[in-house]
Amino acid sequence: MTPGFADPVADAQSCFRAVLEAMSRPGRVQSVRGVTAPAPLCDAAAAVLLTLVDHETPLWLDPAAEAARPWIAFHTGAPTDGASFAMALSLPDLDTLPTGTDEMPETSATVILQVTSLTTGPAYILDGPGLREPATLHVTGLPGDFASIWQRNHALFPRGIDLILCAGNTLTALPRSVSVKEA
Amino acid sequence: MKGYNFAYLDEQTKRMIRRTLLKAVAIPGHQVPFGSREMPLPYGWGTGGIQVTAAILGATDVLKVIDQGADDTTNAVSIRRFFARTAGVATTTATADATVIQTRHRIPEKQLREDQIIVYQVPQPEPLFRLEPSRVETKRMHGLADYGLMHVKLYEDVSRFGQISISYDYPVMVNERYLMSPSPIPAFDNPKMDMMPALQLFGAGREKRIYAIPPWTRVKSLDFDDHPFRTINAPHPCGLCGATDSYLDEVVTDDKGGRLYVCSDTDHCAERRAAGHVGTDGFQAAAE
Repeated sequence: MTPGFADPVADAQSCFRAVLEAMSRPGRVQSVRGVTAPAPLCDAAAAVLLTLVDHETPLWLDPAAEAARPWIAFHTGAPTDGASFAMALSLPDLDTLPTGTDEMPETSATVILQVTSLTTGPAYILDGPGLREPATLHVTGLPGDFASIWQRNHALFPRGIDLILCAGNTLTALPRSVSVKEA
Repeated sequence: MKGYNFAYLDEQTKRMIRRTLLKAVAIPGHQVPFGSREMPLPYGWGTGGIQVTAAILGATDVLKVIDQGADDTTNAVSIRRFFARTAGVATTTATADATVIQTRHRIPEKQLREDQIIVYQVPQPEPLFRLEPSRVETKRMHGLADYGLMHVKLYEDVSRFGQISISYDYPVMVNERYLMSPSPIPAFDNPKMDMMPALQLFGAGREKRIYAIPPWTRVKSLDFDDHPFRTINAPHPCGLCGATDSYLDEVVTDDKGGRLYVCSDTDHCAERRAAGHVGTDGFQAAAE
Protein backbone atom coordinates (compact mmCIF):
# COMPACT_ATOMS: atom_id res chain seq x y z
CA MET A 1 0.00 0.00 0.00
CA THR A 2 1.30 3.44 -0.91
CA PRO A 3 1.59 6.06 1.84
CA GLY A 4 -0.62 9.15 2.22
CA PHE A 5 0.68 12.71 2.03
CA ALA A 6 4.45 13.05 2.36
CA ASP A 7 3.88 16.03 4.66
CA PRO A 8 0.33 15.56 6.00
CA VAL A 9 -0.18 19.07 7.41
CA ALA A 10 1.38 21.16 4.64
CA ASP A 11 0.21 19.00 1.73
CA ALA A 12 -3.38 18.88 2.98
CA GLN A 13 -3.33 22.65 3.40
CA SER A 14 -1.96 23.24 -0.08
CA CYS A 15 -4.44 20.79 -1.62
CA PHE A 16 -7.30 22.46 0.26
CA ARG A 17 -6.30 25.88 -1.01
CA ALA A 18 -6.25 24.46 -4.55
CA VAL A 19 -9.81 23.12 -4.08
CA LEU A 20 -10.95 26.36 -2.42
CA GLU A 21 -9.49 28.37 -5.30
CA ALA A 22 -11.15 26.05 -7.83
CA MET A 23 -14.51 26.28 -6.03
CA SER A 24 -14.20 30.10 -5.79
CA ARG A 25 -13.20 30.55 -9.43
CA PRO A 26 -14.99 27.70 -11.20
CA GLY A 27 -13.12 26.13 -14.07
CA ARG A 28 -9.70 27.52 -13.15
CA VAL A 29 -7.33 24.53 -13.19
CA GLN A 30 -5.16 24.01 -10.09
CA SER A 31 -2.40 21.51 -9.41
CA VAL A 32 -1.70 19.43 -6.29
CA ARG A 33 1.33 17.64 -4.88
CA GLY A 34 2.49 15.28 -2.20
CA VAL A 35 0.81 11.94 -2.85
CA THR A 36 1.26 8.84 -5.00
CA ALA A 37 -2.22 7.58 -5.77
CA PRO A 38 -3.30 3.93 -5.60
CA ALA A 39 -4.57 2.49 -8.89
CA PRO A 40 -6.95 3.32 -10.46
CA LEU A 41 -7.11 6.81 -8.86
CA CYS A 42 -5.18 9.80 -10.14
CA ASP A 43 -2.94 11.81 -7.80
CA ALA A 44 -5.37 14.75 -7.60
CA ALA A 45 -8.34 12.55 -6.66
CA ALA A 46 -6.29 10.80 -3.97
CA ALA A 47 -5.09 14.15 -2.60
CA VAL A 48 -8.66 15.50 -2.43
CA LEU A 49 -9.79 12.37 -0.55
CA LEU A 50 -6.96 12.74 1.98
CA THR A 51 -7.72 16.45 2.37
CA LEU A 52 -11.50 16.37 2.84
CA VAL A 53 -12.67 12.87 3.75
CA ASP A 54 -12.46 11.27 7.20
CA HIS A 55 -14.49 9.19 9.64
CA GLU A 56 -17.21 11.88 9.77
CA THR A 57 -17.98 11.78 6.05
CA PRO A 58 -19.59 8.72 4.44
CA LEU A 59 -18.02 8.02 1.06
CA TRP A 60 -19.62 6.30 -1.92
CA LEU A 61 -16.93 4.61 -3.99
CA ASP A 62 -17.41 3.82 -7.66
CA PRO A 63 -17.33 -0.01 -8.05
CA ALA A 64 -14.83 0.55 -10.88
CA ALA A 65 -12.43 2.00 -8.28
CA GLU A 66 -12.80 -0.95 -5.91
CA ALA A 67 -9.05 -1.64 -6.07
CA ALA A 68 -8.43 1.62 -4.18
CA ARG A 69 -10.82 0.76 -1.34
CA PRO A 70 -8.21 -0.61 1.11
CA TRP A 71 -6.05 2.50 0.61
CA ILE A 72 -9.00 4.85 1.16
CA ALA A 73 -10.24 2.88 4.18
CA PHE A 74 -6.77 2.88 5.76
CA HIS A 75 -5.93 6.54 5.18
CA THR A 76 -9.34 8.17 5.71
CA GLY A 77 -11.42 5.73 7.77
CA ALA A 78 -14.50 6.95 5.90
CA PRO A 79 -17.70 4.96 6.52
CA THR A 80 -19.55 3.61 3.51
CA ASP A 81 -23.15 4.01 4.71
CA GLY A 82 -24.06 7.16 2.80
CA ALA A 83 -22.62 9.75 0.46
CA SER A 84 -21.31 13.03 1.83
CA PHE A 85 -18.72 12.47 -0.85
CA ALA A 86 -18.73 10.28 -3.92
CA MET A 87 -15.51 9.14 -5.59
CA ALA A 88 -16.34 8.32 -9.19
CA LEU A 89 -14.49 7.34 -12.35
CA SER A 90 -17.51 8.16 -14.52
CA LEU A 91 -20.31 10.61 -13.73
CA PRO A 92 -22.82 8.83 -11.47
CA ASP A 93 -26.57 9.39 -11.77
CA LEU A 94 -26.88 12.65 -9.82
CA ASP A 95 -30.52 11.84 -8.95
CA THR A 96 -29.31 9.02 -6.69
CA LEU A 97 -27.17 11.35 -4.55
CA PRO A 98 -28.37 13.62 -1.74
CA THR A 99 -28.98 17.19 -2.94
CA GLY A 100 -29.75 18.70 0.48
CA THR A 101 -32.92 20.52 1.50
CA ASP A 102 -34.01 24.13 0.94
CA GLU A 103 -33.29 24.87 4.60
CA MET A 104 -30.07 22.86 4.75
CA PRO A 105 -28.63 22.82 1.22
CA GLU A 106 -25.18 22.08 2.70
CA THR A 107 -26.22 18.47 3.38
CA SER A 108 -25.79 17.61 -0.30
CA ALA A 109 -23.08 15.35 -1.71
CA THR A 110 -19.79 16.48 -3.23
CA VAL A 111 -18.75 14.36 -6.21
CA ILE A 112 -15.05 13.87 -6.86
CA LEU A 113 -14.97 12.86 -10.51
CA GLN A 114 -11.85 11.54 -12.18
CA VAL A 115 -11.64 12.54 -15.84
CA THR A 116 -9.00 12.10 -18.54
CA SER A 117 -7.99 15.71 -19.10
CA LEU A 118 -8.83 19.25 -17.99
CA THR A 119 -7.02 20.93 -20.87
CA THR A 120 -8.27 19.11 -23.97
CA GLY A 121 -11.64 17.88 -25.17
CA PRO A 122 -15.08 19.44 -25.54
CA ALA A 123 -15.35 23.05 -24.38
CA TYR A 124 -17.90 24.21 -21.84
CA ILE A 125 -18.86 27.81 -21.10
CA LEU A 126 -19.19 28.51 -17.37
CA ASP A 127 -20.94 31.47 -15.80
CA GLY A 128 -21.94 32.44 -12.27
CA PRO A 129 -20.49 33.60 -8.94
CA GLY A 130 -16.69 33.59 -8.94
CA LEU A 131 -16.48 34.50 -12.62
CA ARG A 132 -16.06 38.09 -13.74
CA GLU A 133 -17.01 37.02 -17.24
CA PRO A 134 -17.97 33.62 -18.67
CA ALA A 135 -15.02 31.21 -18.66
CA THR A 136 -14.18 28.28 -20.92
CA LEU A 137 -13.24 24.85 -19.58
CA HIS A 138 -12.10 21.89 -21.68
CA VAL A 139 -12.78 18.46 -20.25
CA THR A 140 -12.22 14.99 -21.70
CA GLY A 141 -14.21 12.35 -19.87
CA LEU A 142 -17.65 13.85 -19.23
CA PRO A 143 -20.82 12.28 -20.70
CA GLY A 144 -22.04 13.77 -24.01
CA ASP A 145 -25.14 15.28 -22.40
CA PHE A 146 -23.25 16.74 -19.43
CA ALA A 147 -24.42 20.32 -20.02
CA SER A 148 -28.09 19.33 -19.75
CA ILE A 149 -27.42 17.06 -16.73
CA TRP A 150 -25.64 19.96 -15.02
CA GLN A 151 -28.36 22.48 -15.86
CA ARG A 152 -30.88 20.25 -14.05
CA ASN A 153 -28.55 20.23 -11.03
CA HIS A 154 -27.93 23.99 -11.25
CA ALA A 155 -31.69 24.63 -11.41
CA LEU A 156 -32.08 23.08 -7.94
CA PHE A 157 -30.06 25.94 -6.38
CA PRO A 158 -29.55 26.41 -3.45
CA ARG A 159 -29.79 22.62 -3.37
CA GLY A 160 -27.55 20.59 -5.64
CA ILE A 161 -24.33 18.62 -6.07
CA ASP A 162 -20.88 20.21 -6.12
CA LEU A 163 -18.38 18.64 -8.49
CA ILE A 164 -14.60 18.42 -8.15
CA LEU A 165 -12.99 17.33 -11.42
CA CYS A 166 -9.58 15.62 -11.19
CA ALA A 167 -7.16 14.60 -13.93
CA GLY A 168 -3.57 13.57 -13.26
CA ASN A 169 -2.27 16.03 -10.67
CA THR A 170 -4.67 18.79 -11.71
CA LEU A 171 -8.15 19.63 -10.50
CA THR A 172 -10.93 22.16 -10.91
CA ALA A 173 -14.43 22.49 -9.49
CA LEU A 174 -18.00 23.21 -10.53
CA PRO A 175 -20.06 24.44 -7.57
CA ARG A 176 -23.85 24.14 -7.91
CA SER A 177 -24.04 27.93 -8.35
CA VAL A 178 -22.34 27.85 -11.76
CA SER A 179 -24.18 27.35 -15.04
CA VAL A 180 -22.69 25.26 -17.85
CA LYS A 181 -23.32 25.54 -21.60
CA GLU A 182 -21.73 23.63 -24.47
CA ALA A 183 -19.46 25.94 -26.42
CA MET B 1 5.98 26.28 18.18
CA LYS B 2 6.34 23.08 20.17
CA GLY B 3 3.23 21.43 21.61
CA TYR B 4 0.86 22.71 18.96
CA ASN B 5 -0.13 21.58 15.52
CA PHE B 6 0.59 24.06 12.73
CA ALA B 7 -1.83 27.01 13.15
CA TYR B 8 -3.10 25.69 16.51
CA LEU B 9 -6.09 23.60 15.33
CA ASP B 10 -5.78 19.82 14.95
CA GLU B 11 -6.09 18.35 11.46
CA GLN B 12 -9.49 16.78 12.14
CA THR B 13 -10.94 20.18 13.05
CA LYS B 14 -9.33 21.81 10.03
CA ARG B 15 -10.87 19.20 7.71
CA MET B 16 -14.29 19.87 9.20
CA ILE B 17 -13.89 23.63 8.76
CA ARG B 18 -12.50 23.18 5.25
CA ARG B 19 -15.51 21.11 4.20
CA THR B 20 -17.76 23.81 5.65
CA LEU B 21 -15.88 26.52 3.76
CA LEU B 22 -16.29 24.72 0.44
CA LYS B 23 -20.05 24.41 0.99
CA ALA B 24 -20.21 28.07 1.98
CA VAL B 25 -18.46 29.11 -1.24
CA ALA B 26 -20.75 26.89 -3.33
CA ILE B 27 -23.86 28.50 -1.77
CA PRO B 28 -22.95 32.22 -1.62
CA GLY B 29 -24.45 33.97 1.41
CA HIS B 30 -25.87 30.83 3.04
CA GLN B 31 -24.92 30.27 6.69
CA VAL B 32 -23.41 26.80 7.07
CA PRO B 33 -23.30 25.37 10.62
CA PHE B 34 -19.94 24.05 11.81
CA GLY B 35 -18.45 22.51 14.94
CA SER B 36 -16.93 25.65 16.39
CA ARG B 37 -14.12 24.85 18.83
CA GLU B 38 -13.18 26.50 22.06
CA MET B 39 -10.27 28.82 21.34
CA PRO B 40 -7.71 30.32 23.70
CA LEU B 41 -9.59 33.62 23.74
CA PRO B 42 -13.18 34.49 24.66
CA TYR B 43 -16.15 34.55 22.32
CA GLY B 44 -16.51 38.00 20.85
CA TRP B 45 -12.78 38.36 20.28
CA GLY B 46 -12.80 36.77 16.87
CA THR B 47 -12.98 33.03 17.56
CA GLY B 48 -14.87 32.44 14.31
CA GLY B 49 -12.44 34.44 12.23
CA ILE B 50 -9.47 32.74 13.89
CA GLN B 51 -10.80 29.27 13.15
CA VAL B 52 -11.37 30.15 9.49
CA THR B 53 -7.90 31.70 9.24
CA ALA B 54 -6.31 28.65 10.91
CA ALA B 55 -8.03 26.32 8.44
CA ILE B 56 -6.83 28.17 5.33
CA LEU B 57 -3.41 29.42 6.45
CA GLY B 58 -0.25 27.94 4.90
CA ALA B 59 3.43 28.45 5.64
CA THR B 60 3.87 30.83 2.71
CA ASP B 61 0.92 33.08 3.58
CA VAL B 62 1.41 36.62 4.80
CA LEU B 63 -1.16 37.58 7.42
CA LYS B 64 -2.62 40.99 8.20
CA VAL B 65 -5.11 41.48 11.03
CA ILE B 66 -7.16 44.63 11.53
CA ASP B 67 -9.58 45.67 14.23
CA GLN B 68 -11.93 48.48 13.12
CA GLY B 69 -9.37 49.32 10.45
CA ALA B 70 -6.42 49.55 12.84
CA ASP B 71 -3.40 47.23 12.85
CA ASP B 72 -2.25 48.33 16.29
CA THR B 73 -5.17 47.65 18.63
CA THR B 74 -5.17 44.86 21.23
CA ASN B 75 -7.33 42.44 19.26
CA ALA B 76 -5.37 42.84 16.03
CA VAL B 77 -1.97 42.60 17.73
CA SER B 78 -3.00 39.52 19.75
CA ILE B 79 -4.34 37.58 16.78
CA ARG B 80 -1.37 38.48 14.59
CA ARG B 81 1.00 37.33 17.34
CA PHE B 82 -1.08 34.18 17.88
CA PHE B 83 -0.52 33.05 14.29
CA ALA B 84 3.07 34.22 14.20
CA ARG B 85 3.70 31.90 17.17
CA THR B 86 1.51 28.90 16.33
CA ALA B 87 2.00 28.87 12.55
CA GLY B 88 5.24 30.80 12.15
CA VAL B 89 3.75 32.76 9.26
CA ALA B 90 4.98 36.16 8.17
CA THR B 91 2.77 39.04 9.28
CA THR B 92 2.39 42.52 7.88
CA THR B 93 0.40 45.68 8.37
CA ALA B 94 0.54 46.64 4.69
CA THR B 95 -2.68 45.70 2.90
CA ALA B 96 -0.89 45.19 -0.42
CA ASP B 97 1.61 42.69 1.06
CA ALA B 98 -0.95 40.41 2.72
CA THR B 99 -2.35 37.20 1.22
CA VAL B 100 -4.81 36.63 4.08
CA ILE B 101 -6.47 39.55 5.88
CA GLN B 102 -8.50 38.87 9.01
CA THR B 103 -10.73 41.77 9.89
CA ARG B 104 -13.03 42.95 12.59
CA HIS B 105 -15.65 45.40 11.32
CA ARG B 106 -13.85 47.08 8.40
CA ILE B 107 -12.77 46.45 4.82
CA PRO B 108 -9.42 48.04 3.92
CA GLU B 109 -9.63 51.19 1.80
CA LYS B 110 -7.21 49.77 -0.75
CA GLN B 111 -8.93 47.60 -3.38
CA LEU B 112 -8.22 43.91 -2.68
CA ARG B 113 -6.78 41.63 -5.36
CA GLU B 114 -7.63 38.18 -6.75
CA ASP B 115 -4.76 36.56 -4.84
CA GLN B 116 -6.00 37.77 -1.46
CA ILE B 117 -8.57 36.31 0.94
CA ILE B 118 -10.41 38.43 3.50
CA VAL B 119 -11.74 36.74 6.66
CA TYR B 120 -14.42 38.59 8.64
CA GLN B 121 -15.07 38.13 12.34
CA VAL B 122 -18.83 37.88 12.78
CA PRO B 123 -20.65 38.31 16.11
CA GLN B 124 -24.18 37.62 14.79
CA PRO B 125 -24.47 35.90 11.39
CA GLU B 126 -28.28 35.98 11.23
CA PRO B 127 -29.44 39.24 9.56
CA LEU B 128 -33.02 38.63 10.71
CA PHE B 129 -32.27 38.00 14.40
CA ARG B 130 -33.62 41.32 15.68
CA LEU B 131 -36.84 40.79 13.76
CA GLU B 132 -37.42 37.07 14.36
CA PRO B 133 -35.85 35.46 17.44
CA SER B 134 -36.52 31.86 16.38
CA ARG B 135 -33.73 30.12 14.49
CA VAL B 136 -36.24 27.60 13.17
CA GLU B 137 -38.26 30.44 11.64
CA THR B 138 -35.32 32.33 10.15
CA LYS B 139 -33.97 29.12 8.61
CA ARG B 140 -37.34 28.61 6.96
CA MET B 141 -37.34 32.21 5.74
CA HIS B 142 -33.90 31.72 4.16
CA GLY B 143 -35.08 28.45 2.61
CA LEU B 144 -38.04 30.21 1.02
CA ALA B 145 -36.12 33.45 0.30
CA ASP B 146 -38.91 35.14 2.25
CA TYR B 147 -37.37 38.45 3.28
CA GLY B 148 -40.51 40.58 3.55
CA LEU B 149 -39.79 41.14 7.24
CA MET B 150 -36.55 42.99 6.50
CA HIS B 151 -38.22 45.13 3.84
CA VAL B 152 -40.91 46.08 6.35
CA LYS B 153 -38.22 47.07 8.85
CA LEU B 154 -36.55 49.28 6.22
CA TYR B 155 -39.95 50.74 5.27
CA GLU B 156 -40.71 51.55 8.91
CA ASP B 157 -37.35 53.34 9.10
CA VAL B 158 -38.28 55.43 6.09
CA SER B 159 -41.73 56.27 7.42
CA ARG B 160 -40.38 57.19 10.88
CA PHE B 161 -37.09 58.89 10.09
CA GLY B 162 -37.42 59.71 6.41
CA GLN B 163 -34.46 57.46 5.62
CA ILE B 164 -33.08 53.99 6.28
CA SER B 165 -31.41 54.41 9.65
CA ILE B 166 -28.90 51.55 9.59
CA SER B 167 -25.31 52.78 9.71
CA TYR B 168 -23.47 49.47 10.19
CA ASP B 169 -24.23 45.76 9.63
CA TYR B 170 -26.38 46.96 6.72
CA PRO B 171 -28.15 43.89 5.23
CA VAL B 172 -27.20 42.75 1.74
CA MET B 173 -28.54 40.33 -0.86
CA VAL B 174 -25.87 37.98 -2.18
CA ASN B 175 -26.13 36.73 -5.75
CA GLU B 176 -29.82 37.76 -5.73
CA ARG B 177 -30.69 34.85 -3.42
CA TYR B 178 -29.58 35.05 0.22
CA LEU B 179 -30.07 37.87 2.68
CA MET B 180 -26.77 38.19 4.52
CA SER B 181 -25.24 40.12 7.38
CA PRO B 182 -22.02 41.77 6.18
CA SER B 183 -20.81 41.68 9.85
CA PRO B 184 -20.78 45.04 11.64
CA ILE B 185 -18.80 46.88 8.97
CA PRO B 186 -19.98 50.45 8.37
CA ALA B 187 -22.48 50.81 5.51
CA PHE B 188 -19.68 52.91 3.99
CA ASP B 189 -17.86 49.62 3.24
CA ASN B 190 -20.82 47.77 1.71
CA PRO B 191 -20.14 48.81 -1.90
CA LYS B 192 -16.64 47.28 -1.63
CA MET B 193 -18.19 43.82 -1.22
CA ASP B 194 -19.92 43.98 -4.60
CA MET B 195 -17.87 42.26 -7.33
CA MET B 196 -14.80 42.15 -5.07
CA PRO B 197 -11.88 40.36 -6.77
CA ALA B 198 -10.90 38.67 -3.47
CA LEU B 199 -12.64 35.73 -1.81
CA GLN B 200 -14.63 36.79 1.29
CA LEU B 201 -15.05 34.34 4.18
CA PHE B 202 -17.11 34.94 7.34
CA GLY B 203 -16.69 33.09 10.64
CA ALA B 204 -19.01 33.32 13.65
CA GLY B 205 -17.50 31.31 16.53
CA ARG B 206 -20.15 31.62 19.23
CA GLU B 207 -23.00 31.22 16.74
CA LYS B 208 -21.15 28.37 14.98
CA ARG B 209 -21.78 29.53 11.44
CA ILE B 210 -19.56 30.05 8.41
CA TYR B 211 -20.56 31.78 5.20
CA ALA B 212 -18.81 33.15 2.15
CA ILE B 213 -18.97 35.34 -0.93
CA PRO B 214 -16.98 34.06 -3.91
CA PRO B 215 -14.99 36.62 -5.92
CA TRP B 216 -16.87 38.61 -8.59
CA THR B 217 -20.26 38.05 -6.99
CA ARG B 218 -23.13 40.53 -6.88
CA VAL B 219 -23.71 41.93 -3.42
CA LYS B 220 -26.56 44.43 -3.23
CA SER B 221 -27.39 46.54 -0.20
CA LEU B 222 -31.16 46.41 0.38
CA ASP B 223 -33.04 49.59 -0.52
CA PHE B 224 -36.10 50.98 -2.29
CA ASP B 225 -36.32 52.58 -5.73
CA ASP B 226 -37.31 55.92 -4.18
CA HIS B 227 -34.88 55.53 -1.24
CA PRO B 228 -31.72 54.18 -2.86
CA PHE B 229 -28.86 52.92 -0.70
CA ARG B 230 -26.25 55.60 -0.09
CA THR B 231 -23.17 55.74 2.06
CA ILE B 232 -22.68 58.53 4.55
CA ASN B 233 -19.35 60.28 4.51
CA ALA B 234 -18.26 62.39 7.46
CA PRO B 235 -18.09 66.00 6.20
CA HIS B 236 -14.41 66.31 7.09
CA PRO B 237 -11.07 65.37 5.61
CA CYS B 238 -8.72 63.16 7.66
CA GLY B 239 -6.86 65.38 10.13
CA LEU B 240 -3.58 63.53 9.63
CA CYS B 241 -3.44 62.72 5.92
CA GLY B 242 -6.15 64.93 4.44
CA ALA B 243 -8.00 62.06 2.75
CA THR B 244 -11.58 62.93 1.83
CA ASP B 245 -12.64 59.51 0.54
CA SER B 246 -11.84 57.27 3.53
CA TYR B 247 -13.90 56.17 6.53
CA LEU B 248 -13.11 58.37 9.54
CA ASP B 249 -12.96 57.81 13.29
CA GLU B 250 -13.89 60.67 15.58
CA VAL B 251 -11.35 61.18 18.36
CA VAL B 252 -12.22 63.41 21.32
CA THR B 253 -9.09 65.42 22.09
CA ASP B 254 -10.08 67.56 25.10
CA ASP B 255 -13.03 68.48 27.32
CA LYS B 256 -13.83 71.66 25.37
CA GLY B 257 -15.43 70.01 22.36
CA GLY B 258 -12.16 69.40 20.52
CA ARG B 259 -12.40 66.71 17.84
CA LEU B 260 -9.93 65.05 15.54
CA TYR B 261 -11.16 63.06 12.54
CA VAL B 262 -8.70 60.43 11.35
CA CYS B 263 -8.75 57.56 8.88
CA SER B 264 -9.98 54.37 10.55
CA ASP B 265 -7.73 52.39 8.18
CA THR B 266 -4.33 53.05 9.80
CA ASP B 267 -2.33 51.47 6.98
CA HIS B 268 -4.11 53.63 4.40
CA CYS B 269 -3.45 56.76 6.46
CA ALA B 270 0.22 55.91 7.13
CA GLU B 271 0.78 55.17 3.46
CA ARG B 272 -0.70 58.50 2.45
CA ARG B 273 1.37 60.41 5.00
CA ALA B 274 4.51 58.59 3.85
CA ALA B 275 3.64 59.77 0.34
CA GLY B 276 3.63 63.37 1.58
CA HIS B 277 -0.09 64.01 2.16
CA VAL B 278 -0.66 66.16 5.23
CA GLY B 279 -3.98 67.03 6.87
CA THR B 280 -4.78 70.16 8.90
CA ASP B 281 -3.75 68.49 12.17
CA GLY B 282 -0.91 66.55 10.61
CA PHE B 283 2.11 68.54 11.72
CA GLN B 284 0.75 69.02 15.18
CA ALA B 285 0.16 65.30 15.59
CA ALA B 286 3.63 64.50 14.32
CA ALA B 287 5.25 66.92 16.74
CA GLU B 288 3.56 65.49 19.84
